[in-house]
Amino acid sequence: MQYKSQAVAKPYFIAAIGLFVGQILFGLILGLQYVWGDFMFPEIPFNVARMVHTNLLIVWLLFGFMGAAYYLVPEESERELYAPWLAHAMFWIFLVAGALTILGYLMVPYAKLAEMTHNELLPTMGREFLEQPTITKLGIVVVALAFLFNVGMTVLKGRKTVVTLVLLLGLAGLAVLFLFSFYNPDNVVKDKYYWWWVVHLWVEGVWELILGSILAFVLIKTTGVDREVIEKWLYVIIAMTLITGIIGTGHHYYWIGTPEYWQWWGSIFSALEPIPFFMMTVFAFNMVNRRRRNHPNKAAVLWALGTAVMAFLGAGVWGFLHTLSPVNYYTHGTQITAAHGHMAFYGAYVMINLTMISYAMPMLRGRTAANSERSQVLEMWSFWLMTVSIVFITLFLTGAGILQVWLQRFSENPQGFMVVQEKIALFYWLREIAGVVFLIGLGTYVASFFVGAKEPEALPEGAAASA
Amino acid sequence: MSQTVVIAPAPGRYPPGDLAIWIFILAELLVFAVFFAAYAFARAGDVALFDEYQHTLDRRAALVNTLALITSSYFVVRATAAIREGSARDCARWLAGAIGLGALFLVVKSLEYAHHLEAGVHLGTNTFYMFYLSLTFFHFMHVLMGMVILGAVALKARRGGYSATEHTGVETGGVYWHMVDLVWLILFPLVYVMR
Repeated sequence: MQYKSQAVAKPYFIAAIGLFVGQILFGLILGLQYVWGDFMFPEIPFNVARMVHTNLLIVWLLFGFMGAAYYLVPEESERELYAPWLAHAMFWIFLVAGALTILGYLMVPYAKLAEMTHNELLPTMGREFLEQPTITKLGIVVVALAFLFNVGMTVLKGRKTVVTLVLLLGLAGLAVLFLFSFYNPDNVVKDKYYWWWVVHLWVEGVWELILGSILAFVLIKTTGVDREVIEKWLYVIIAMTLITGIIGTGHHYYWIGTPEYWQWWGSIFSALEPIPFFMMTVFAFNMVNRRRRNHPNKAAVLWALGTAVMAFLGAGVWGFLHTLSPVNYYTHGTQITAAHGHMAFYGAYVMINLTMISYAMPMLRGRTAANSERSQVLEMWSFWLMTVSIVFITLFLTGAGILQVWLQRFSENPQGFMVVQEKIALFYWLREIAGVVFLIGLGTYVASFFVGAKEPEALPEGAAASA
Repeated sequence: MSQTVVIAPAPGRYPPGDLAIWIFILAELLVFAVFFAAYAFARAGDVALFDEYQHTLDRRAALVNTLALITSSYFVVRATAAIREGSARDCARWLAGAIGLGALFLVVKSLEYAHHLEAGVHLGTNTFYMFYLSLTFFHFMHVLMGMVILGAVALKARRGGYSATEHTGVETGGVYWHMVDLVWLILFPLVYVMR
């Protein structure tokens, strides 16, 4: 760790991992509720569990992004963070606000929560993923602004690199687009139209910039390849991301009351959204192959390569599967969407956060570059357990989705929703088993922080003999 | 101006310019290719409609624009040739000429758009106009982008940022501009002429 203030990243990473565990536990509850309808009812109904599962995901990813920025920006800018105390304060505000919100979801009925938080003053509740009470949303805006100010001032006062500029662009976009969560029109078409400006333009727009810059940073650090080369790739990747992703929003505008041309625009541009992800894969492997040194943190390099591959598969390939409007006509809102959602979020955003945590955490905990051999072996086990199980979750949900589309929408005698759900229950059971394996992987991941902590650091490959 | 332009062999590498721009160009061409294919697919479904509304386009204006872009590409070639001989001032001048022709393209295209807007045409009018407006506007934005790139290159050239031995930037900007030109050379016959 080169700068003292990078240490503020540590609590952010720890909170991220803690919330990640919570997210997966609720995922397992949900998965079971698919096949055992009244499991935990009435304490935790399906809609509440789903809200907690998705909200925890978003919040922990945001914690991870913020931690990543606090770690990476001082090092790139070659100076201490502008105001470390502000970062600490925001951490506690965000954590407490987040925890209270989740508790609110769990303890009181949603309508009651709306009443308690005076949603009527500025109604923003009740929309998927943006369920947070208005007061929480305002808190998110305050935290985001303070965070941007802190990081922005550090960049402005220090060395400016392409990595930090792209990261700032992504983070600023994240904050600005979130403002659309306060726009809650009565018109249902407009409602959905602008809702996607938060949801789609986050994950298929500005978050990709954040992903690209973090990946670039970790690759610069671990491979020793010239910054110039890596930055050039980053430019090309973000240009393609924006060209395809922005108009690609159109793939959410089929048959929802928007003009027909969105079917063409959405289909054409979003069909090309895999390109930047494909470039990212080629980029990551290229850089690792051209590496100038072997980094002792093999786990971090594995996560980085894994991100590139899984993001392409989950976001790129599984997104393409149902992005063309004639296909989406049948697949809209089926388990195909769930399959895509799981692998894309894991492959792109979970993995980039784990990449950064894997790279930075050893230094934050006092190591010079990497954890001990034993700890890394365990971490790599967790990589494979979680990655392989998410592949299976995706495949089982895809199977369920294909059957669902066929039985419920495509065949000559379409059957009712619940009839079909009964018929595809086997896939849900298999998905739940894969989910349990994922939880075991996550447990292994957490354990890797404690195992071998007192053993000496791992050496880079090829250095063992000389050491 | 001599009659034959002798272009000194580029010192060093193939392809000329930065490799990253070629990857970017391939990706961009893929976007346009998909767009063209979608056009062809949609047209096959309703040839009569496409033929009918193709008549309302101003082919003379498009021809002027075609000539403007081809000439501008020639100017970019001259700019590259100039810098290879070490003449940064000539390079910047040729680039300025190319940017001027790009501006002409934008003016003519804007007049066409104004004409259509006046007639009440918009994206939702029909499938043909949807494609016409989307494709040409997407290309329009690329011309604008190309002009910005050429502008940056021209400024750097004037400040002496390139030499006969190191002028990757000129080639990089140049190949991007040729791509913009190339796309129009497909777009023009496809949307304005072919039936």
